[in-house]
Amino acid sequence: MELFVFLVAGAACIIGALGVVLNSNPVHAALSLVGTLFGIAVLFIAQEANFLAAVQVIVYAGAIVVLFLFVLMLLGVDRSEDLSIEPLGAGQRIAAVIVGLAVLALPLMAFRSTEGEATGAIAGPGDANLLRAEVADVAQLGESIFTTYLFAFEVTSVLLVIAVVGAVVLARKVKRADYVEDPLVAAAEAADAP
Amino acid sequence: MIAVAEVTPVWYLVLGSILFSIGAVGLLVRRNPLVMFMCIELMLNAVTLTFVTFSRMLRDVDGQAVVVFVLVVAAAEVVVGLGIIVALLRKQPSATADDVNVLKG
Amino acid sequence: MDTLDLVWLIPALPLAGFIVLLVLGRRLGEPVAGWLATAACGAAFLTTLVVFAALVGEDPEQRRHVYDLFTWLHVGGLDVKAGFLADPLSITMALFVTGIGTLIHLYSIGYMHGDPKFAKFFVYMNLFVFSMLMLVLGSNMLITFLGWEGVGACSYFLISFWFSKDANASAGKKAFITNRIGDWGFMTAMFLTFATVGSLDYSVVLERAPQIAPVTATAIALLLFVGACGKSAQLPLFVWLPDAMAGPTPVSALIHAATMVTSGVYLMTRVNPILAQSYSWGPDVIAWVGVITALFAATIAVAQTDIKKVLAYSTVSQLGYMFLAVGTGAYVAAIFHMVTHAFFKALMFLGSGSVIHGMHDEQDMRRMGGLRKLMPITAATFIVGWLAIAGVPPFAGFWSKDEILLFAYDKSPALWAIGLVTALLTAFYMSRQVFMVFFGDERWRKAPTADTDGTAEHDPEHHIVEPHESPWPMTVPLVVLAGLAIVGGGLNLPFTGKLKFLEHWLEPVLEGNERVIGVATNTKVGLALIATLAGVAGIVLAARVYLQKRNRPVEPELLAQGWYYDSTISAFMGGPGQKGFDAVAAFDARVIDGAVNGVATSVRGGGKGLRVLQSGFVRSYALGVAVGAVGLLLFFLTRAGGL
Repeated sequence: MELFVFLVAGAACIIGALGVVLNSNPVHAALSLVGTLFGIAVLFIAQEANFLAAVQVIVYAGAIVVLFLFVLMLLGVDRSEDLSIEPLGAGQRIAAVIVGLAVLALPLMAFRSTEGEATGAIAGPGDANLLRAEVADVAQLGESIFTTYLFAFEVTSVLLVIAVVGAVVLARKVKRADYVEDPLVAAAEAADAP
Repeated sequence: MIAVAEVTPVWYLVLGSILFSIGAVGLLVRRNPLVMFMCIELMLNAVTLTFVTFSRMLRDVDGQAVVVFVLVVAAAEVVVGLGIIVALLRKQPSATADDVNVLKG
Repeated sequence: MDTLDLVWLIPALPLAGFIVLLVLGRRLGEPVAGWLATAACGAAFLTTLVVFAALVGEDPEQRRHVYDLFTWLHVGGLDVKAGFLADPLSITMALFVTGIGTLIHLYSIGYMHGDPKFAKFFVYMNLFVFSMLMLVLGSNMLITFLGWEGVGACSYFLISFWFSKDANASAGKKAFITNRIGDWGFMTAMFLTFATVGSLDYSVVLERAPQIAPVTATAIALLLFVGACGKSAQLPLFVWLPDAMAGPTPVSALIHAATMVTSGVYLMTRVNPILAQSYSWGPDVIAWVGVITALFAATIAVAQTDIKKVLAYSTVSQLGYMFLAVGTGAYVAAIFHMVTHAFFKALMFLGSGSVIHGMHDEQDMRRMGGLRKLMPITAATFIVGWLAIAGVPPFAGFWSKDEILLFAYDKSPALWAIGLVTALLTAFYMSRQVFMVFFGDERWRKAPTADTDGTAEHDPEHHIVEPHESPWPMTVPLVVLAGLAIVGGGLNLPFTGKLKFLEHWLEPVLEGNERVIGVATNTKVGLALIATLAGVAGIVLAARVYLQKRNRPVEPELLAQGWYYDSTISAFMGGPGQKGFDAVAAFDARVIDGAVNGVATSVRGGGKGLRVLQSGFVRSYALGVAVGAVGLLLFFLTRAGGL
């Protein structure tokens, strides 16, 4: 049963990932991303991290991707990108492929060397962070976040505030009076002028 | 369906590696800033998958806690990143990542 | 408070005089500035007397008092205090520095009368006395070196006092530069001493001297002698002293006769334990250099026509005698001769200044003559000085020179023979000078001829102004010094042990490093007799040539030009020397500066090359990050053994 679930969800993930990378239309890429995110959520459930699966769908697929689509639609940047040309030279693509292969191969080799076992410390019965099968994972997760990782939790809340403030500042329309000459615009206008 | 092979946690790890490498390649190859962002999200997802797998392998709930934080940080990052992209694309709707090269040495 | 602690006051008083005159000098003007300076020097002399009396009151073994004012330097292992050492040697030096200094200050009030820079002269003179006192009273080598440099600087200021004439300015420069060469020797010796002994304090260094390896001791001693050669004008660094006569005569008397030039002798006597520890050929070198210089300078003095140049070469020659004494281990004789020489040489310089003043700035002896009738005091005192230097008993010079020759004889008859010949020449040229200036025809009455070019101003109708005796500020010091030249011999009469005051007095400083000679009394008397005869012979020869005009004077051009020593050096330095210097300067500019500039240029080039990496493209940067991450991953995996 697990094998079937894994294969289907895994396929969804990979096809979605390839879709993101290979689709020239950004809207199609965003939709492929949704596919990947759902696949990941299913895999979370298969590993008994139910709460995380739910959060994944709600936050990632439900909020983040929607945000992406908002920007895409509002700014009208859904034009297709020409994937056949590479302005930075062929070296970029070649290097990218090599890096990708390396990033794939090295962890695989690491897994092989440890014969598929994790080398970290396995939590024992008395430990506070032991993942118990009988307790709901939400409860365990909540306990962990609000006790062991309380400080990190508080910091992330601050981070969110900062992010909101930053987004407001970055995205507001600049009044004509504060307008600072932007070389991009100047170049564009100079190119458009004659 | 009868299981032909046992799904060991390593399979999840391998899947995570594949997703991560696809995301990395995508980031380096694509020019549209929003698609580049999506590739970053892809990489982050691969990482969360790996963390959950390790959490199960090590019977440790810390892995899942990390995933929560990754999610929060990813959200914050997307917010700010999209803000930047909005500011960038408002001036020049057809801008790509290559057009932001004013800081060259 | 221990009276001996007053020793710090001795240099402080001239320093105070210097500062007051520096600020208020021009306003005080002539002659108050002069009197103030003389008072400062006189007060220093009185303080020295007080300290001297206190020192006499102590036991011979206790006659050594160090008074530290403050810590000057404390760097790493080097601990130097601004300290003063009151022991027999330093107080002896301080006595005659301040004593003769006061007399010369008094003299200068008269000599510098009417000079527009009257006050400035005394500023420099007080600064000089301060530096000299630091030199002799310093408790460590660095304070001595401070004084050493100070007197060199003041010598420069005072030699080129009338610097509107190029020749005077050049003379000052020459003195300073030649001294600098000697200073290199002193500095290297200090470095060596510190490296070997770990301290520059005399008390530490001289106590540990027996533990210094002979090689190092010889090196230190000879390097200090190089410094002494520069300061005390020995071969090959004596060239500055004759030129230094361009300065005012009181300067020549104070600096170039009595005090600064004796600092070399003082230094060598101070480090006598180091000399005792060196190889025997070390002091031999000193003795031979001294005696050769003595002879060399004496030959040149025979042919000089400038009244001050004769005395300058005479000083070089007499200093040679002092180093001969140091080299043969006769430290007492060296100090004895230094003191007596200070008396009669200063006397003669001041006397010559009086003559120059009376002759209205005429310095050529060929235009003088018969002055004893018109300048009686000057003449009488000068004659006393002449008899002293010629070695006529019972004047001071006889006793001291005789001691030196005695020790030289004990060391090596060759040294004694050269010393004797020099004594003869000394008597000869000094008599020549006396006869030319004070006796004979009054040549200044005649009109100037082609070959008697004087230094006085000529007016179209040559007014013959009668020379006159100098005013009392100038004659009183002459009389005092003449008195000292007569009785000075009493310091160390050789007849019985009890009369050898100076020897007993200096014993704690010399601590048995004084050479003991085993010469029979008969030999001593015989040698003394021979020396006296040599002196008399010199006088008689000079009389025959210059007074009675029975023989023609022999003044070859070679000697008049100083064996062409000076001109050879100038030619060498100007020609091949200059090329060498230019090459060194070019090397410095191109190689050394070039290396430094090259580093800067290469850094700039490197930066320019690396700039290419900053393309501005985000994706290139992303690629860089990715490649770096892969590299790190590889590294960690290989380290952890995962691959």
